[in-house]
Amino acid sequence: MLSYVIRRCLIMIPTLVVISMIAFGVIDLPPGDYLTSYIVQLESQGAQVTEEQVESLKRRYALDQPLPLRYVNWIWRIIRYQDFGQSWNWNRPVAGLLAERLPFTIAISLTTLIFTYAAAIPIGIYSAVKQYSWGDYLFTTIGFLGLAIPNFLLALVLMFIFYRYFGVSIGGLFSPEYRDAAWSFAKFWDMMSHLWVPIIVIGTAGTAGLIRTMRAVMLDELSKDYVQTARAKGLKEIRVILKHAARVAINPIISLVGWTLPQIISGEAIVAVVLNLPTTGPLLLQALLTQDMYLAGSFIFILSALTVIGTLLSDILLAWIDPRIRYDKEA
Amino acid sequence: MLTNTTLPPEPESPTAETSWEDVGAKSLSQGQLMIRRFRRHKLAMGAIVVLLIFYTVALFAGFFATANPVQRNSAYIYAPPMIPRFIDSEGNFHLRPFVYGLESTVDPDTWDRIYKPDHDEIYPIRFFVETDEYNLLGPINASRRLVGIESENQPLFLFGTDSLGRDVFSRVIHGTRISLSIGLVGVFLSLVLGLLIGGVSGLLSGGVDLVIQRIIEILISIPQIPFWMALSASLPAHWSPIQTYFAITVLLSLLGWTQVARVVRGKFLSLREIDFVSASIAMGANDFWVIVKHLIPNFFSYVLVTITLTIPAMILGETALSFLGIGLRPPVVSWGVLLQQAQNMRTVAMRPWLLVPGIFVIIAVMAFNFVGDGLRDAADPYSSK
Repeated sequence: MLSYVIRRCLIMIPTLVVISMIAFGVIDLPPGDYLTSYIVQLESQGAQVTEEQVESLKRRYALDQPLPLRYVNWIWRIIRYQDFGQSWNWNRPVAGLLAERLPFTIAISLTTLIFTYAAAIPIGIYSAVKQYSWGDYLFTTIGFLGLAIPNFLLALVLMFIFYRYFGVSIGGLFSPEYRDAAWSFAKFWDMMSHLWVPIIVIGTAGTAGLIRTMRAVMLDELSKDYVQTARAKGLKEIRVILKHAARVAINPIISLVGWTLPQIISGEAIVAVVLNLPTTGPLLLQALLTQDMYLAGSFIFILSALTVIGTLLSDILLAWIDPRIRYDKEA
Repeated sequence: MLTNTTLPPEPESPTAETSWEDVGAKSLSQGQLMIRRFRRHKLAMGAIVVLLIFYTVALFAGFFATANPVQRNSAYIYAPPMIPRFIDSEGNFHLRPFVYGLESTVDPDTWDRIYKPDHDEIYPIRFFVETDEYNLLGPINASRRLVGIESENQPLFLFGTDSLGRDVFSRVIHGTRISLSIGLVGVFLSLVLGLLIGGVSGLLSGGVDLVIQRIIEILISIPQIPFWMALSASLPAHWSPIQTYFAITVLLSLLGWTQVARVVRGKFLSLREIDFVSASIAMGANDFWVIVKHLIPNFFSYVLVTITLTIPAMILGETALSFLGIGLRPPVVSWGVLLQQAQNMRTVAMRPWLLVPGIFVIIAVMAFNFVGDGLRDAADPYSSK
């Protein structure tokens, strides 16, 4: 098991390297000189830019070097000093903005992932056991709708309904009085009462896909001989379903984390813009629109890296709970 | 056959001269079996009809629209939808549906226009009405539209109007062109890339295969929307609408080809071991012959399923990007561009009809999903189900 974990971690390294290259490509993509526009930006704010400052900026971002060296410089500063560069839109280090926004992104993504599975597994089992019942049809319909409705549209419609018929605004993550308050139990509770909207909106598409897979795998398993055997032994039906069939059917679902997680993080980015959540999404969009490229590139890098790490964790989890995966053989 | 207890009389069983066809037992080709299987999928058949209607509308958008999509009506800013009715305010039944004219007043406090249906102005809805000349398709111009009202001063707004007084119905109809074609063009690019790269991967195996598989895994692990956002935002702003359109389709297919490549590679690997392929190779067929004659016909149905299920993702991708303002930009009309107007909650709460383009996105995506589902069942006509 340990050697499997180590091997998987080693395989992850080239993936992260490629992702970081893509992210740096995003930083380097816009035409024009980053430094010149930064100086223009500073001067427009009334600041004096000295020759020395220009030189130090050049050194910091290795701007006079060719592309590969600029990349190496960028990645080295991240690893060595946790320096992701400067956001000239906010006039702050990118690392600080990341530290502010990222925890919310991670919290929302993880809760959504848990919600997705907590909803999809029981519904999938129910749909398979009661195949062609009205409940099955109901969930199938909801599933297809969930796949077809773009999540930002779902967010808009929910906001519309609540605004128009209940007079409440469901955007944001905190009520105004808690927005700048220090963390307290009341603030946490306030956040929880806002959190369900993004979770449902982001999670719907993933849940719909997982329900369909869970139902299909479960139907497959229920028709197999070992289930018949379990029934013939006189086991209670509930035990046959949960202890035998579901136990096996759950594995392919868990291996789908690698597919669900990118979807959730991806969906979060756009839903956050609509719902005005204090996560990375709105900042990323703003950064892209104003060509604040160190901020945008770092967000893309961190979001993708998180996805890869999440997928890795799910693979390890799967190897741990599924005894049929032979992870020592190939080593 | 096995359930047949009474054997057919001797002369009717096939001999060297007569085949099963002569005795009435038809043999179906694989293609026929697939079509037969597909037709049994009711939802998929319905979805095919919906898609055909959508694409017909897209092709002849001008005919189905009721007005010029960029025509501004300063007298009708944010006018509500005019609903076709059969029964008038006095309870009389009209066989021909009609709409009421719009009466507008200005709110003295907010300066917003308030619209009320004017029960004295009745405009019957007519088919094939004569209007201004418009471009139908390519060099063809026409001047008749499918529905309309005959009136000089009252335009017809079936889905209301937007912030500039443009007719939302006509804009949705014209938006169909971009929104539905972007999926097709994008999928075509994905298909070419996927077939090439997946084929190479399955054919060469070894080191090349390993590298390609790793690249695919990396691409799958990247969250799509942020990636698309970044690339799309870096498109030069001075590009023409056509250039942006193609750039966006290329962007969408950059991540879209991976699924096709996976299917192609998997089928290459499994089909390579199958007897008829070995036999063909043993008889001296070269790679090209084997691929074109044996492999492609055998896995194309699976590729078709994959690309049908990729189209909705591309439609949703374009809609999302345009909605955020970093995809297609006005004056181009697509469903995503139209939804941009719905970004402000204040506006939407007062004018819910701005969300109408979203309904069309949902219908199109669901239709493609159902067709994909039907094709998946039909792709393997020998499985029992």
